[in-house]
Amino acid sequence: MEYLLFLIGTVLVNNVVLVRFLGLCPFMGVSSKLDPSIGMGVATTLVMTLGGISSWLLEHYVLLPLNIGFLRILAYIVVIAAMVQFIEMVIRKVSPPLYRALGIYLPLITTNCAVLGVPLISVREGHSLVQAGLFGFGSALGFTLIMVIFAGLRERLALANVPAAFSGPPIAFVTAGLLALAFMGFGGLI
Amino acid sequence: MFNLARIRGGIHPAGHKDRSAALPIGTLALPPRLYLPLRQHAGAEAMPLVKVGDRVLKGQLIASSPSEMSAPIHAPSSGTVVEIGPVLAPHPSGLMVNGIVLECDGEDRWIELEAPANPFDESPLLLAERVAQAGIVGMGGAIFPAAVKLKQGTRHEIKTVLVNGSECEPYLTCDDRIMRERAEAIVDGARLIQHILRAYRVVIGIEDNKPEALAAMRAASEPYGAIEVEAVPALYPMGSAKQLIQAVTGREVPAEARSTSVGALVHNVGTVYAIQQALRYGRPLISRVVSVAGSCVGNPRNLEVLIGTPAQALFDACGGFSQEPAGLLLGGPMMGVNLPSLQAPVIKGATGLLALARHELRDDQASPCIRCASCVDACPMGLLPLEMAARARVDDLDGANDYGLRDCILCGCCSYVCPSHIPLVQYFQYAMGQQDERRQGARKTDYIKQLTEARAERLAQEEVAKAAAKAAKAAAKARPTTAAAASEVES
Amino acid sequence: MLMATLALATLGLILGGGLGVAARKFAVTDENPLIKEIEALMPGSQCGQCGFPGCSAAASALVEGSAEVTCCPPGGVGLAEKLAALLGVTLDAGQMSAPLLARIDAAQCTGCTRCYRACPTDAIVGANGQIHSVLANACTGCGKCLAACPEDCIAMAVQQPTLDTWRWAKPQAA
Repeated sequence: MEYLLFLIGTVLVNNVVLVRFLGLCPFMGVSSKLDPSIGMGVATTLVMTLGGISSWLLEHYVLLPLNIGFLRILAYIVVIAAMVQFIEMVIRKVSPPLYRALGIYLPLITTNCAVLGVPLISVREGHSLVQAGLFGFGSALGFTLIMVIFAGLRERLALANVPAAFSGPPIAFVTAGLLALAFMGFGGLI
Repeated sequence: MFNLARIRGGIHPAGHKDRSAALPIGTLALPPRLYLPLRQHAGAEAMPLVKVGDRVLKGQLIASSPSEMSAPIHAPSSGTVVEIGPVLAPHPSGLMVNGIVLECDGEDRWIELEAPANPFDESPLLLAERVAQAGIVGMGGAIFPAAVKLKQGTRHEIKTVLVNGSECEPYLTCDDRIMRERAEAIVDGARLIQHILRAYRVVIGIEDNKPEALAAMRAASEPYGAIEVEAVPALYPMGSAKQLIQAVTGREVPAEARSTSVGALVHNVGTVYAIQQALRYGRPLISRVVSVAGSCVGNPRNLEVLIGTPAQALFDACGGFSQEPAGLLLGGPMMGVNLPSLQAPVIKGATGLLALARHELRDDQASPCIRCASCVDACPMGLLPLEMAARARVDDLDGANDYGLRDCILCGCCSYVCPSHIPLVQYFQYAMGQQDERRQGARKTDYIKQLTEARAERLAQEEVAKAAAKAAKAAAKARPTTAAAASEVES
Repeated sequence: MLMATLALATLGLILGGGLGVAARKFAVTDENPLIKEIEALMPGSQCGQCGFPGCSAAASALVEGSAEVTCCPPGGVGLAEKLAALLGVTLDAGQMSAPLLARIDAAQCTGCTRCYRACPTDAIVGANGQIHSVLANACTGCGKCLAACPEDCIAMAVQQPTLDTWRWAKPQAA
């Protein structure tokens, strides 16, 4: 029950995109069509969950014992980037169709600030290993949810008769703002 | 069957049929020249069989069909071929198409027609072939070769033949007048079609706003038990094949399927009449009844005119224009197309010529969609026109297809009811045209690929042959020297 | 300082080594399958209108991103759309130029057969001493015949619209 509440808290209340404002680049960039946004969401979920766990291990077995916490950001980037590379290789070998579906998005994730930000927040909050993994997974789930909702909105938006001055990114930002306002409504949930 | 199945949607536009329906079918003086496009049908262009300067007789074959999906063309009157080349097509594009120009000699002399024996003794396939040779196409506007439909009897089980006398387009009354005046011939034609298709049942569907036609057809079909005359509710687009089938048989043609999939075939009354004329008297399709109507026409009426007569002659025969028309249409106001010029000729599929005043045309000032869903209620195919149009507008053709663009019959009900005057059906025409273009492009790419591969293969073979020839030559050259050497040794 | 440097260097070494081993272990031999998929879509006439030596070269250029999806005039808008969908780029259909087709000026043609031997799609028919003509449905507009013609009697022109190629325009309304 506690973990369920924790998960809901990360997915809805402290949504990584709309409340913490992390990962805005793919949020605007890869959300014009529904299919790519789902692919991006799935890839991010994979990376973020594993990133949450591996960075917790790194934190507690390398950085803290050696007393080099100031290298946290650097070390996390290295570990996450290496992990993404590794996952990409494995997927390419094991499942070419999945590689084709995720292929372009995996390298994009390496430079995604949400992937780095989530472990950093997790450390600050002093999560346990299970919590860290769950936090990574929940944040990614929240990210995917927003991506899918926003891609759906933008697909409808593409059909709408938008005034010339607003067409393209401006109307997308307006929509994103409204969506963020809507998510504020989850504020008092837990 | 009294409780006819209701069709979906549909609209009730004002009929405007009274004026032209009141007068009997008139005839037209022989025009000086007839302009005959080589393509008046769906399918491949006909091939001319005559040369410039040839004298032809009325009913003589002047262009033959290159394939089954085509229709031959016959001389509508006797005279001289004066030109084979581009003629103005009665088509909104205003493009020129290949055609034959015939100068009439005024004698209107028929060619000797082969008087066929009793067609009921002949085999269906032979009769269908005769219909093909008579150049008959769907005369309700679809211009689909009629014989192709008649040959469906061998491929599918046709339970019901529907004779389409609903004529749901406003202004048009040509089918109404034909049914009133030539009921016996139509019933005879319907029986012939039943014989050809081996159908169990023939239903003549007529909208209930034509009581005289209903009475005439009922009287004519009285002696024949298999022929029923059914009054269908007056509702646009009842004249569409799929809607008529649903209204009469209660069966809906499935999405992206043809009428034959529910065991039905629909022929327009005009086509049935033409088929009867061809099978009974051997007469090819060289004339048709055209409604000349609209508030700008002096005396609207129906005229039996020769194919190829310029539109101008028809309007002149109906008292000219009472006022300057704001729009000239070929066909009905719902599905008809703009006539590019008064010089454009009448073709086999021309149901009507309309000269409309400004108040009879639609207002083009479109406003944004208010999502009232009037078009959804009106769509006889049960589609979502507003969603399809939104996608067509941003060139999302696949998206439009997902909403059933392929099943759209372009009836125009959606545009008619739209309170925002959005040109919905025009968007669908645009999207379908774009899709045709993609298909044509893909076909061409495939064809080019085939050609390239064939060429590569041929070049490789030539290379092999050349190498073989070279080797043979070398061997031939080598042999004399060895022979010479041998002779040297001998000596 | 030393500790930090050592720790990070070790971390880098371990991860780098691991990736190196993994790269060997999970090496994928075949080239990008996308190139093959794209090449299958292309007309395959190797006409060179895209500026690349052939369709397979154009396909790799497309995957690398050094060619536009609109680069293939014989493929038309249909091909450009398919390519755009495969490569995940947005298509500006306005960029497509109308396909040009070869036309032979019958008055000047001497029937030398050079053009039809040069044609990669056998789109020119004719015989020795006879006037040649171009089959519109097979011509890709590559212009190879143009170079081969000694009489300069071939011209490239936009195809005239016919009833088959005429399309309804998009309504101008909102």
